[in-house]
Amino acid sequence: MADQAEVVFVDGVRTPFGKAGDKGMYWNTRADDLVVKAIVALLERNPNVPKERIDDVAIAATTQTGDQGLTIGRTAALLAGLPKTVPGFSIDRMCAGAMTATAMMSGSIGYGMYDLAIAGGVEHMGHHPMGSGVDPNPRFLSERLVGEDALVMGATAERIHDRFPQLTKERSDRYAMASQQKTAAAYAAGKIQQDLVPIAIRTEEGWGLATRDEMMRPETTLEGLAALKTPFRPHGRITAGNASGLNDGATAAILASGAAAKELGLTPKMKLVSFAFAGVDPEIMGIGPIPATEKALRKAGLSIDDIDLFEMNEAFAVQVLSFLDHYGIADDDPRVNPWGGAIAVGHPLASSGVRLMNQLASQFTERPDVRYGITSMCVGLGQGGTMIWENPNFNKKAKKARG
Amino acid sequence: MTDYTTIDFDSLAALSDDEVVTRSFVRDIPLSDGKTLALVTLDNGRDHTRPNTLGPVSLLEYAKTLDALKARASAGEIHAVGVTGKPFILAAGADLTKVAEIPDAETARKMGQLGHYALGKASELGVPSFAFINGLALGGGLEIALNADYRTVDASVPAVALPEVFLGLIPGWGGAYLLPNLIGIENALKVVIENPLKQNRTLKASDVLELGIADALFPAVSFLEDSIRWADGVVSGRIKVKRPNEPGKVERLVKWDVAIGIASKMLKSRIGSVPRSPYIALDLLKAAKNGSKAEAFAREDEALAELIAGDQLQASVYAFNLVQKRAKRPAGAPDTALAKKVTKVGVLGAGYMASQLALLFVRRLRVPVVITDLDQERVDKGVAHITEEIEALLGKGRISPDEANRLKALVTGTTDKADFADCDWVIEAVFEELEIKQNVFAEVEQFVSPEAVLATNTSSLSVEQIGAKLEHPERVVGFHFFTPVAVMPLIEVVKTPHTDDATLSTAMVTAKNLKKNAVITADTPGFVVNRVLAKLLGEAMYAVDNGTSFEVVDEAIAPLGLPMPPSQLLDLVGLKVGAHVLDTHHSAFPDRFYRSENLHKLADYGKLLDKDDKGKVKGFDKGALKLVSGGKNPLTADEILTRLQDGLADEVHRMLEDGVVEAPEDVDLCMLLGAGFPFQMGGVTPYLDRVGASERVFGDTFHHPPIKGVGA
Repeated sequence: MADQAEVVFVDGVRTPFGKAGDKGMYWNTRADDLVVKAIVALLERNPNVPKERIDDVAIAATTQTGDQGLTIGRTAALLAGLPKTVPGFSIDRMCAGAMTATAMMSGSIGYGMYDLAIAGGVEHMGHHPMGSGVDPNPRFLSERLVGEDALVMGATAERIHDRFPQLTKERSDRYAMASQQKTAAAYAAGKIQQDLVPIAIRTEEGWGLATRDEMMRPETTLEGLAALKTPFRPHGRITAGNASGLNDGATAAILASGAAAKELGLTPKMKLVSFAFAGVDPEIMGIGPIPATEKALRKAGLSIDDIDLFEMNEAFAVQVLSFLDHYGIADDDPRVNPWGGAIAVGHPLASSGVRLMNQLASQFTERPDVRYGITSMCVGLGQGGTMIWENPNFNKKAKKARG
Repeated sequence: MTDYTTIDFDSLAALSDDEVVTRSFVRDIPLSDGKTLALVTLDNGRDHTRPNTLGPVSLLEYAKTLDALKARASAGEIHAVGVTGKPFILAAGADLTKVAEIPDAETARKMGQLGHYALGKASELGVPSFAFINGLALGGGLEIALNADYRTVDASVPAVALPEVFLGLIPGWGGAYLLPNLIGIENALKVVIENPLKQNRTLKASDVLELGIADALFPAVSFLEDSIRWADGVVSGRIKVKRPNEPGKVERLVKWDVAIGIASKMLKSRIGSVPRSPYIALDLLKAAKNGSKAEAFAREDEALAELIAGDQLQASVYAFNLVQKRAKRPAGAPDTALAKKVTKVGVLGAGYMASQLALLFVRRLRVPVVITDLDQERVDKGVAHITEEIEALLGKGRISPDEANRLKALVTGTTDKADFADCDWVIEAVFEELEIKQNVFAEVEQFVSPEAVLATNTSSLSVEQIGAKLEHPERVVGFHFFTPVAVMPLIEVVKTPHTDDATLSTAMVTAKNLKKNAVITADTPGFVVNRVLAKLLGEAMYAVDNGTSFEVVDEAIAPLGLPMPPSQLLDLVGLKVGAHVLDTHHSAFPDRFYRSENLHKLADYGKLLDKDDKGKVKGFDKGALKLVSGGKNPLTADEILTRLQDGLADEVHRMLEDGVVEAPEDVDLCMLLGAGFPFQMGGVTPYLDRVGASERVFGDTFHHPPIKGVGA
């Protein structure tokens, strides 16, 4: 039997996120190329990671066909030039795909089976629109296993507004605008770009280079948001402005056991404390992060007050707000998504989990006063996922100085 | 000095209204420190099967694009310019269809000037220029890169080359000057002269880096991203580019002329002095040692004008198109859907030729191959020989151990023809005697299915006669290889009056699966290649028998620029075989083919050439010369050449009248692929037209209009 091992997040990168569809920058770029280029760049900037020592490559995608099919973890490993001795597999938990890949690889490392692993995700929502090719079992409806809103994410978000009337559209819009502004500020300070992998893109005007997220709207105003249509209900609350968009993108991260990191001279950016996934009613999936976080905190022996940074996936503003209200955290609490979130940069479903980790890891580096942070996200069909991380740079004096 | 800006290139563009235009697209790429690289993408809008080419309209657009970028550079808007191609292709060079259509020498000169005008702008932008060689870069495609200040290359590029000399051209858009001054004269000679003449060998990415053509190499997976980052490093000064192969003073003073001298000698011994372009390329490389770029470009313009207006280029482009296009769509081939599956091959015979055939079939088709012969000993020897050849391939790393095991397991030997029962393709390579061949076919027919194809590798017998004793002669086809079987790309597929379409189609598809080019011929003596060569050797021996020396004969035929003189051809095919070929043609066409008694004497004597230990020809064997002496009416070189030209024109004309092949193009294809006739002759018929032999003999030309230059 192997001994339990410490699990560390060594490094993570992502592609700039593009706008899905034929007008988006990745329309002529393959999904697998996106994740392959992310893996290549990740390994290039971590030259101390011996490629042949990587024990597995777990890549998530929600729609596993076409350029996201063929067991993309294995094909991506081959295309990225990893030795043929390195295995790989694909994994799916919709929006939490990359987070699940990270969690499952962490489990394998923690149990002592793996020393090094790559976890990531990709979603080309232009090539694979949400729900394409699905064939839901008729029992879902005939036996009313789920409400009719369950498969329409915007409709599930409307239901959060129904359940918590204090979560008004105005609060959602204000939160969304702040996300745009925080992201713009983070870009201006060069914070986001540090983990972006430039991608060559083929367009009708020749080759270009994607270096920034495509859908950011820093000029967003409350008036502008108020005027947007509510496509999921007449006079509803969910709009394109207070939700994440439809995007193309990929992420990849290196995970290691503490011992392997030490042996190879790697500098971990985060240490894993705990993770948990939980289920809720599918028709109100956006509240999933709450039970997931409860579970993860319990496993960690921590309380919400121990958490100094929150990287929440912003599938919808209201879904983040429901989480904040639950814990009594203010809508504009500076601990929450300090660099903005998916409403601004985008949410290519299965890839987003590692983006949250990248940003938390970067903040850990510049915040030695912070000991614990969480990454959390809601998942289609009524789920939530949370991973709690510890900052290796934590310094008690810095925390005291902050007061 | 030529001021290219004063030249009116509109006449070229007007010639090119059907050009597949390679567009020059531009996008700005952000670099570090707020700088910008303008990236030009060359893209003709087609997929990778139709590479970017550079016709007049494409070049003018490229020039205009670079002019606009120069203006932006001087306005401080951009800080670097990059050029790259569409996926898998940078550019495959000049649009050869346009080159062949040039009406006069003045237009030919302008083609060179336009290339210099457009491509040269890359070094005069006021900001550094980069070429990102992302894929295929041939000729003018590579010259686009050479005209830039820096180059990167994708590790997966299929081919990078300056193949102009192979086609009768020279790298005349700067290549002949820029390349030696970038990578040194010896490396440049390899790229410009040696490689094109070695079956048009091309460079891999690692060669491109090692030779110093590219400054950096990046893997395909992120080639463009890495190239842009590298360019950023160069622009910002973080990366210093070193070019160890750039020629220094010593190289220019000492090595340069010596290298040219050696190359010149090598050329003369390998290809003779008939082809113009290699020697012109050599002159340009020599002159590239010193002087300005502008002077060099002007020299290249003149050289291109001469070559493009000349006969050899037109014949070469014609030959190139035959080999590239007609060879892939053979004339007269039935629908490939009619072809029968070949799942097991039987080889009748286990001698050298049979073993070579068995090896080729098993390597390419990867189906069971069974060989047979008169006794077990011969069979065992044949199988052992094939096994050794497979082991040799394994030893050279050409095949994997698994592949070697697979191939060896597929080859078996037998003395029992019943083991041929499930063969659907049987080929015979037994002794070249009609009755023997008839009998082995008749014997094997008892065992195989009525649909199995029976192919014969005969070179001199009637295929129809070979099948005369069969119940099903419709499944007989000639399948004539050229030695060495593994190397020579041609198969003459011989159709008898009985051969049915399914059999013919099977033969054509099988040839293709063997990675050979097949030409369909009628069942007439010598088919195509041997009939033309028999004419050539017959005329040579006719002159010798009449008292002309071998030297004079060889010299007389030298203006054709054949790969070797007749005396060496006789030595190569073997004197006995040569005598036999002349005999069979003489008996078929006694009026036109010469039978040489002296050649039989030489064959018995066994030697014509005097060679050193390494096999290099020193001269003629004295005893041999004595044997053939005594003729009373020696011919002059001119007489020999005219007799040969006229004889060939007559024979090829008759072959076409008799429908031996569909068209003169097929004769040429056979001679190019089966006998190594040079591109500058266009095979044989363009040459016969341009020297007037066709007019003299049958009052017309093979081609309308004849394939020849527009004159200087």
